[in-house]
Amino acid sequence: MFKWLHPYAKPETVYQLCGRFYPWLIALGVVLLLVGNIWGLAFTPADYQQGDSYRIIHIHVPAAIMSMGTYSAMAIAAFIALVWQIKVAQWSVLAIAPVGAIYTAIALITGMAWGKPMWGTWWVWDARLTSELVLLFLYLGVIALSGAFSDRQTGAKAASLLAIVGVINLPIIHFSVEWWNTLHQGASLTKFAKPSIDPSMLWPLLISILAFKVIMLALVCLRLRTAILLNEQHRPWVKNLVEAQ
Amino acid sequence: MQPRRQKRLLAILVVIALLTGAVGAMLYALQQNIDLFYTPSQLIDGLGNDKVKPQIGQRLRIGGMVVVGSVKRDPNSLQVSFDLVDTGPLVHVTYKGILPDLFREGQGIVAQGTLVDATTIEANEVLAKHDEEYMPPEVAEAMKGIKHVPPSQLDASTNKPTQGSY
Repeated sequence: MFKWLHPYAKPETVYQLCGRFYPWLIALGVVLLLVGNIWGLAFTPADYQQGDSYRIIHIHVPAAIMSMGTYSAMAIAAFIALVWQIKVAQWSVLAIAPVGAIYTAIALITGMAWGKPMWGTWWVWDARLTSELVLLFLYLGVIALSGAFSDRQTGAKAASLLAIVGVINLPIIHFSVEWWNTLHQGASLTKFAKPSIDPSMLWPLLISILAFKVIMLALVCLRLRTAILLNEQHRPWVKNLVEAQ
Repeated sequence: MQPRRQKRLLAILVVIALLTGAVGAMLYALQQNIDLFYTPSQLIDGLGNDKVKPQIGQRLRIGGMVVVGSVKRDPNSLQVSFDLVDTGPLVHVTYKGILPDLFREGQGIVAQGTLVDATTIEANEVLAKHDEEYMPPEVAEAMKGIKHVPPSQLDASTNKPTQGSY
Protein backbone atom coordinates (compact mmCIF):
# COMPACT_ATOMS: atom_id res chain seq x y z
CA MET A 1 0.00 0.00 0.00
CA PHE A 2 2.74 2.40 0.94
CA LYS A 3 5.19 1.15 -1.65
CA TRP A 4 5.27 4.53 -3.41
CA LEU A 5 6.64 5.98 -0.17
CA HIS A 6 9.63 3.66 0.00
CA PRO A 7 12.02 5.71 -2.17
CA TYR A 8 11.55 8.62 0.26
CA ALA A 9 13.05 6.61 3.09
CA LYS A 10 16.38 6.77 1.27
CA PRO A 11 18.55 9.58 2.67
CA GLU A 12 19.98 10.55 -0.71
CA THR A 13 16.51 11.06 -2.22
CA VAL A 14 15.35 13.11 0.76
CA TYR A 15 18.52 15.18 0.61
CA GLN A 16 17.89 16.10 -3.00
CA LEU A 17 14.17 16.64 -2.44
CA CYS A 18 14.84 19.03 0.45
CA GLY A 19 17.42 20.84 -1.63
CA ARG A 20 14.91 21.32 -4.40
CA PHE A 21 12.15 22.55 -2.08
CA TYR A 22 14.21 24.81 0.17
CA PRO A 23 14.73 27.89 -2.08
CA TRP A 24 11.03 27.96 -3.04
CA LEU A 25 9.85 27.50 0.51
CA ILE A 26 12.10 30.13 2.01
CA ALA A 27 11.27 32.67 -0.72
CA LEU A 28 7.54 32.04 -0.39
CA GLY A 29 7.77 32.13 3.40
CA VAL A 30 9.60 35.45 3.53
CA VAL A 31 7.20 37.07 1.04
CA LEU A 32 4.16 35.81 2.97
CA LEU A 33 5.67 36.94 6.26
CA LEU A 34 6.37 40.43 4.92
CA VAL A 35 2.90 40.75 3.41
CA GLY A 36 1.09 39.33 6.43
CA ASN A 37 3.04 41.22 9.06
CA ILE A 38 3.25 44.59 7.34
CA TRP A 39 -0.43 44.42 6.49
CA GLY A 40 -1.28 43.30 10.01
CA LEU A 41 1.04 45.61 11.92
CA ALA A 42 0.62 48.77 9.86
CA PHE A 43 -2.55 48.71 7.78
CA THR A 44 -5.29 46.94 9.73
CA PRO A 45 -7.68 49.07 11.80
CA ALA A 46 -7.09 49.33 15.54
CA ASP A 47 -9.16 47.15 17.86
CA TYR A 48 -12.19 48.71 19.55
CA GLN A 49 -11.00 47.67 23.01
CA GLN A 50 -7.28 47.20 22.84
CA GLY A 51 -6.34 49.91 20.38
CA ASP A 52 -3.04 49.27 18.65
CA SER A 53 -1.76 46.80 21.25
CA TYR A 54 -3.75 43.95 19.75
CA ARG A 55 -1.55 44.06 16.61
CA ILE A 56 0.95 41.74 18.26
CA ILE A 57 -1.66 39.05 17.52
CA HIS A 58 -0.18 38.89 14.02
CA ILE A 59 3.00 37.43 15.49
CA HIS A 60 1.72 35.83 18.67
CA VAL A 61 -1.04 33.67 17.19
CA PRO A 62 0.95 32.32 14.19
CA ALA A 63 3.85 31.43 16.51
CA ALA A 64 1.53 29.78 19.02
CA ILE A 65 -0.42 27.79 16.42
CA MET A 66 2.74 26.66 14.69
CA SER A 67 4.45 25.78 17.97
CA MET A 68 1.76 23.14 18.32
CA GLY A 69 1.66 22.23 14.64
CA THR A 70 5.43 21.77 14.61
CA TYR A 71 5.18 19.56 17.67
CA SER A 72 2.66 17.27 15.96
CA ALA A 73 4.96 17.03 12.94
CA MET A 74 7.85 16.13 15.24
CA ALA A 75 5.76 13.52 17.07
CA ILE A 76 4.64 11.91 13.80
CA ALA A 77 8.27 11.72 12.67
CA ALA A 78 9.20 10.22 16.04
CA PHE A 79 6.42 7.65 15.76
CA ILE A 80 7.61 6.57 12.30
CA ALA A 81 11.18 6.50 13.56
CA LEU A 82 10.34 4.23 16.48
CA VAL A 83 7.95 1.82 14.77
CA TRP A 84 9.47 1.51 11.29
CA GLN A 85 12.97 2.58 12.30
CA ILE A 86 13.48 4.84 9.33
CA LYS A 87 16.65 6.83 9.77
CA VAL A 88 15.46 9.92 7.94
CA ALA A 89 12.44 10.13 10.25
CA GLN A 90 14.79 9.86 13.21
CA TRP A 91 16.95 12.71 11.99
CA SER A 92 13.96 14.88 11.17
CA VAL A 93 12.83 14.70 14.81
CA LEU A 94 16.03 16.48 15.77
CA ALA A 95 15.79 18.77 12.74
CA ILE A 96 12.30 19.90 13.77
CA ALA A 97 12.80 20.31 17.53
CA PRO A 98 14.81 23.58 17.63
CA VAL A 99 12.49 25.27 15.12
CA GLY A 100 9.50 24.39 17.26
CA ALA A 101 11.29 25.50 20.41
CA ILE A 102 11.96 28.92 18.89
CA TYR A 103 8.32 29.27 17.81
CA THR A 104 7.20 28.39 21.33
CA ALA A 105 9.61 30.94 22.78
CA ILE A 106 8.30 33.60 20.35
CA ALA A 107 4.72 32.77 21.36
CA LEU A 108 5.58 33.03 25.07
CA ILE A 109 7.58 36.25 24.77
CA THR A 110 5.09 38.08 22.54
CA GLY A 111 2.32 36.83 24.80
CA MET A 112 4.06 38.33 27.83
CA ALA A 113 4.59 41.62 26.02
CA TRP A 114 0.90 41.61 25.15
CA GLY A 115 -0.22 40.62 28.65
CA LYS A 116 1.55 43.45 30.42
CA PRO A 117 -0.35 46.36 28.82
CA MET A 118 -3.68 44.54 28.41
CA TRP A 119 -4.07 42.27 31.42
CA GLY A 120 -1.75 44.19 33.68
CA THR A 121 0.76 41.42 34.26
CA TRP A 122 3.62 39.75 32.40
CA TRP A 123 2.77 36.29 33.58
CA VAL A 124 0.08 34.46 35.43
CA TRP A 125 0.06 30.72 36.15
CA ASP A 126 -3.15 29.98 34.35
CA ALA A 127 -3.69 26.74 32.48
CA ARG A 128 -3.00 28.11 28.98
CA LEU A 129 0.23 29.90 29.83
CA THR A 130 1.53 27.05 31.97
CA SER A 131 0.81 24.34 29.39
CA GLU A 132 2.50 26.40 26.67
CA LEU A 133 5.55 26.74 28.92
CA VAL A 134 5.49 22.95 29.40
CA LEU A 135 5.56 22.67 25.58
CA LEU A 136 8.78 24.71 25.52
CA PHE A 137 10.26 22.39 28.16
CA LEU A 138 9.20 19.37 26.10
CA TYR A 139 11.04 20.73 23.07
CA LEU A 140 14.11 21.50 25.16
CA GLY A 141 13.81 18.04 26.73
CA VAL A 142 13.79 16.38 23.31
CA ILE A 143 16.89 18.36 22.27
CA ALA A 144 18.69 17.68 25.56
CA LEU A 145 17.78 13.99 25.72
CA SER A 146 19.08 13.31 22.22
CA GLY A 147 22.47 14.61 23.30
CA ALA A 148 22.48 12.99 26.73
CA PHE A 149 23.73 9.57 25.62
CA SER A 150 27.19 8.76 24.36
CA ASP A 151 25.54 6.54 21.76
CA ARG A 152 23.73 8.76 19.27
CA GLN A 153 21.24 6.02 18.36
CA THR A 154 20.10 5.53 21.96
CA GLY A 155 19.80 9.27 22.46
CA ALA A 156 17.69 9.68 19.35
CA LYS A 157 15.42 6.83 20.47
CA ALA A 158 14.90 8.33 23.91
CA ALA A 159 14.21 11.74 22.38
CA SER A 160 11.65 10.22 20.01
CA LEU A 161 9.87 8.52 22.88
CA LEU A 162 9.68 11.79 24.79
CA ALA A 163 8.37 13.55 21.67
CA ILE A 164 5.55 10.99 21.37
CA VAL A 165 4.70 11.06 25.05
CA GLY A 166 4.55 14.87 24.98
CA VAL A 167 1.74 14.84 22.41
CA ILE A 168 -0.60 14.59 25.37
CA ASN A 169 0.13 18.24 26.09
CA LEU A 170 -1.31 19.44 22.76
CA PRO A 171 -5.01 18.89 23.52
CA ILE A 172 -4.37 20.28 27.00
CA ILE A 173 -3.00 23.50 25.50
CA HIS A 174 -5.80 23.75 22.99
CA PHE A 175 -8.69 23.08 25.37
CA SER A 176 -7.20 24.72 28.48
CA VAL A 177 -9.22 27.87 27.88
CA GLU A 178 -12.44 25.86 27.70
CA TRP A 179 -11.88 23.33 30.46
CA TRP A 180 -10.75 25.74 33.12
CA ASN A 181 -11.11 29.37 34.17
CA THR A 182 -8.15 31.15 32.67
CA LEU A 183 -7.03 34.74 32.26
CA HIS A 184 -6.25 33.93 28.64
CA GLN A 185 -9.23 34.44 26.35
CA GLY A 186 -10.79 31.67 24.28
CA ALA A 187 -9.86 30.78 20.72
CA SER A 188 -10.66 33.33 18.01
CA LEU A 189 -10.06 30.88 15.20
CA THR A 190 -11.77 27.51 15.29
CA LYS A 191 -12.48 25.16 12.47
CA PHE A 192 -16.22 24.95 12.79
CA ALA A 193 -17.28 28.38 13.94
CA LYS A 194 -17.17 31.76 12.29
CA PRO A 195 -13.97 33.46 13.43
CA SER A 196 -14.64 36.04 16.13
CA ILE A 197 -12.19 38.42 14.53
CA ASP A 198 -13.20 41.01 12.00
CA PRO A 199 -12.45 40.09 8.33
CA SER A 200 -10.26 43.19 7.96
CA MET A 201 -7.95 41.76 10.66
CA LEU A 202 -8.45 38.10 9.80
CA TRP A 203 -6.77 38.00 6.40
CA PRO A 204 -3.34 39.30 7.40
CA LEU A 205 -3.50 36.91 10.38
CA LEU A 206 -4.18 33.92 8.13
CA ILE A 207 -1.36 34.97 5.79
CA SER A 208 1.01 35.26 8.75
CA ILE A 209 0.01 31.80 9.99
CA LEU A 210 0.73 30.36 6.54
CA ALA A 211 4.05 32.25 6.49
CA PHE A 212 5.12 30.73 9.81
CA LYS A 213 4.21 27.30 8.50
CA VAL A 214 6.13 27.68 5.24
CA ILE A 215 9.17 29.11 7.02
CA MET A 216 9.09 26.17 9.43
CA LEU A 217 9.09 23.75 6.50
CA ALA A 218 11.96 25.64 4.86
CA LEU A 219 14.07 25.60 8.02
CA VAL A 220 13.36 21.92 8.58
CA CYS A 221 14.44 21.16 4.98
CA LEU A 222 17.67 23.04 5.59
CA ARG A 223 18.36 21.36 8.93
CA LEU A 224 17.44 17.92 7.65
CA ARG A 225 19.90 18.27 4.75
CA THR A 226 22.66 19.09 7.20
CA ALA A 227 21.69 16.16 9.42
CA ILE A 228 21.68 13.77 6.47
CA LEU A 229 25.13 14.91 5.35
CA LEU A 230 26.46 14.60 8.91
CA ASN A 231 25.08 11.11 9.44
CA GLU A 232 25.93 9.80 5.98
CA GLN A 233 29.35 11.37 5.68
CA HIS A 234 31.07 8.03 5.11
CA ARG A 235 28.70 6.94 2.36
CA PRO A 236 29.97 7.01 -1.22
CA TRP A 237 27.17 9.31 -2.47
CA VAL A 238 28.21 12.02 -0.01
CA LYS A 239 31.85 11.64 -1.02
CA ASN A 240 30.86 11.93 -4.67
CA LEU A 241 28.84 15.00 -3.83
CA VAL A 242 31.77 16.66 -2.07
CA GLU A 243 34.18 15.80 -4.87
CA ALA A 244 31.80 17.17 -7.47
CA GLN A 245 31.78 20.56 -5.75
CA MET B 1 3.47 -5.64 8.76
CA GLN B 2 6.43 -7.50 10.19
CA PRO B 3 5.79 -9.02 13.63
CA ARG B 4 8.72 -7.02 15.03
CA ARG B 5 7.22 -3.74 13.88
CA GLN B 6 3.80 -4.84 15.02
CA LYS B 7 5.19 -5.42 18.50
CA ARG B 8 6.83 -1.99 18.61
CA LEU B 9 3.65 -0.33 17.33
CA LEU B 10 1.61 -2.09 20.00
CA ALA B 11 4.08 -1.18 22.74
CA ILE B 12 4.02 2.52 21.80
CA LEU B 13 0.24 2.59 21.53
CA VAL B 14 -0.06 0.97 24.97
CA VAL B 15 2.37 3.53 26.44
CA ILE B 16 0.36 6.40 24.92
CA ALA B 17 -2.96 4.94 26.11
CA LEU B 18 -1.71 4.41 29.67
CA LEU B 19 -0.19 7.85 29.81
CA THR B 20 -3.33 9.51 28.46
CA GLY B 21 -5.31 7.71 31.14
CA ALA B 22 -2.87 8.75 33.86
CA VAL B 23 -2.78 12.40 32.82
CA GLY B 24 -6.55 12.45 32.36
CA ALA B 25 -7.10 11.06 35.85
CA MET B 26 -4.61 13.53 37.29
CA LEU B 27 -6.25 16.53 35.62
CA TYR B 28 -9.64 15.27 36.74
CA ALA B 29 -8.44 15.02 40.33
CA LEU B 30 -6.87 18.48 40.17
CA GLN B 31 -9.85 20.00 38.37
CA GLN B 32 -10.61 22.63 40.95
CA ASN B 33 -7.00 23.57 41.55
CA ILE B 34 -6.28 24.31 37.90
CA ASP B 35 -8.94 27.00 37.68
CA LEU B 36 -7.22 30.35 37.93
CA PHE B 37 -10.05 32.02 39.81
CA TYR B 38 -13.39 31.58 41.54
CA THR B 39 -16.43 33.03 39.83
CA PRO B 40 -18.77 35.01 42.11
CA SER B 41 -21.33 32.17 42.14
CA GLN B 42 -18.60 29.62 42.98
CA LEU B 43 -17.39 31.84 45.79
CA ILE B 44 -20.81 32.20 47.37
CA ASP B 45 -22.45 28.84 46.58
CA GLY B 46 -19.31 26.71 46.92
CA LEU B 47 -17.21 24.85 44.38
CA GLY B 48 -17.72 21.40 42.87
CA ASN B 49 -19.99 18.61 44.08
CA ASP B 50 -19.00 19.08 47.72
CA LYS B 51 -19.82 22.79 47.64
CA VAL B 52 -16.49 23.71 49.19
CA LYS B 53 -16.50 27.35 50.17
CA PRO B 54 -13.32 29.34 50.70
CA GLN B 55 -12.65 30.47 54.26
CA ILE B 56 -12.52 34.01 55.54
CA GLY B 57 -8.95 35.24 55.40
CA GLN B 58 -8.04 32.90 52.54
CA ARG B 59 -6.06 34.32 49.64
CA LEU B 60 -7.80 33.70 46.35
CA ARG B 61 -8.57 35.05 42.93
CA ILE B 62 -12.01 36.11 41.84
CA GLY B 63 -13.03 36.63 38.21
CA GLY B 64 -16.20 38.20 36.87
CA MET B 65 -17.80 41.12 35.10
CA VAL B 66 -17.62 44.55 36.68
CA VAL B 67 -21.24 45.52 37.39
CA VAL B 68 -22.23 48.64 35.47
CA GLY B 69 -22.65 51.58 37.82
CA SER B 70 -20.91 49.90 40.76
CA VAL B 71 -17.45 51.47 40.39
CA LYS B 72 -16.79 53.98 43.16
CA ARG B 73 -13.52 55.90 43.18
CA ASP B 74 -12.21 57.83 46.15
CA PRO B 75 -11.39 61.30 44.73
CA ASN B 76 -8.39 61.72 47.07
CA SER B 77 -6.65 58.36 46.73
CA LEU B 78 -6.33 55.35 44.48
CA GLN B 79 -8.95 53.53 46.54
CA VAL B 80 -11.62 51.99 44.34
CA SER B 81 -14.46 49.58 44.95
CA PHE B 82 -16.73 47.71 42.59
CA ASP B 83 -19.02 44.69 42.34
CA LEU B 84 -18.38 41.57 40.28
CA VAL B 85 -21.00 39.25 38.82
CA ASP B 86 -21.20 36.20 36.60
CA THR B 87 -24.67 34.70 36.47
CA GLY B 88 -25.90 34.95 40.04
CA PRO B 89 -24.87 36.79 43.18
CA LEU B 90 -22.59 39.83 43.46
CA VAL B 91 -19.18 39.93 45.09
CA HIS B 92 -17.77 43.19 46.37
CA VAL B 93 -14.13 44.04 45.70
CA THR B 94 -12.07 46.83 47.24
CA TYR B 95 -8.70 47.75 45.78
CA LYS B 96 -6.07 50.39 46.27
CA GLY B 97 -3.75 50.78 43.34
CA ILE B 98 -3.52 51.36 39.63
CA LEU B 99 -6.10 49.63 37.49
CA PRO B 100 -5.17 48.21 34.07
CA ASP B 101 -6.18 50.25 31.01
CA LEU B 102 -8.83 47.75 29.99
CA PHE B 103 -10.60 48.04 33.35
CA ARG B 104 -14.06 49.46 32.86
CA GLU B 105 -17.66 48.75 33.78
CA GLY B 106 -18.94 45.69 31.96
CA GLN B 107 -15.38 44.36 31.50
CA GLY B 108 -14.25 40.95 32.73
CA ILE B 109 -11.52 41.20 35.36
CA VAL B 110 -9.58 38.91 37.67
CA ALA B 111 -8.70 40.19 41.13
CA GLN B 112 -6.33 38.55 43.58
CA GLY B 113 -6.72 39.25 47.27
CA THR B 114 -7.98 38.19 50.67
CA LEU B 115 -11.52 37.20 51.49
CA VAL B 116 -12.51 39.57 54.32
CA ASP B 117 -16.11 38.41 54.65
CA ALA B 118 -18.36 36.02 52.74
CA THR B 119 -18.89 38.38 49.82
CA THR B 120 -16.07 40.94 50.07
CA ILE B 121 -12.54 40.67 48.78
CA GLU B 122 -9.73 43.05 49.55
CA ALA B 123 -7.68 42.88 46.36
CA ASN B 124 -4.00 43.63 45.98
CA GLU B 125 -3.89 42.96 42.24
CA VAL B 126 -6.49 43.57 39.56
CA LEU B 127 -5.99 42.12 36.07
CA ALA B 128 -8.18 42.80 33.07
CA LYS B 129 -9.52 39.92 31.02
CA HIS B 130 -10.54 40.47 27.44
CA ASP B 131 -12.50 38.26 25.12
CA GLU B 132 -11.46 36.70 21.83
CA GLU B 133 -13.33 39.19 19.68
CA TYR B 134 -11.33 41.68 17.69
CA MET B 135 -12.90 44.35 15.52
CA PRO B 136 -12.41 47.97 14.50
CA PRO B 137 -14.18 50.62 16.66
CA GLU B 138 -16.76 51.43 13.97
CA VAL B 139 -17.78 47.76 13.67
CA ALA B 140 -18.04 47.45 17.45
CA GLU B 141 -20.27 50.49 17.57
CA ALA B 142 -22.50 49.21 14.81
CA MET B 143 -22.72 45.66 16.18
CA LYS B 144 -22.73 46.15 19.91
CA GLY B 145 -23.66 49.78 20.30
CA ILE B 146 -20.68 50.39 22.58
CA LYS B 147 -18.22 53.18 22.50
CA HIS B 148 -15.19 52.35 24.55
CA VAL B 149 -13.41 55.20 26.18
CA PRO B 150 -9.88 54.88 27.48
CA PRO B 151 -9.71 55.75 31.21
CA SER B 152 -7.37 58.64 30.45
CA GLN B 153 -10.24 60.36 28.65
CA LEU B 154 -12.79 59.69 31.37
CA ASP B 155 -13.95 62.51 33.56
CA ALA B 156 -12.96 61.27 37.02
CA SER B 157 -15.93 62.71 38.90
CA THR B 158 -18.74 61.57 36.60
CA ASN B 159 -17.22 58.50 34.94
CA LYS B 160 -18.45 59.98 31.63
CA PRO B 161 -16.25 60.68 28.63
CA THR B 162 -14.85 64.19 28.48
CA GLN B 163 -16.03 66.38 25.63
CA GLY B 164 -14.65 65.71 22.20
CA SER B 165 -13.44 62.17 22.77
CA TYR B 166 -15.32 59.13 21.69
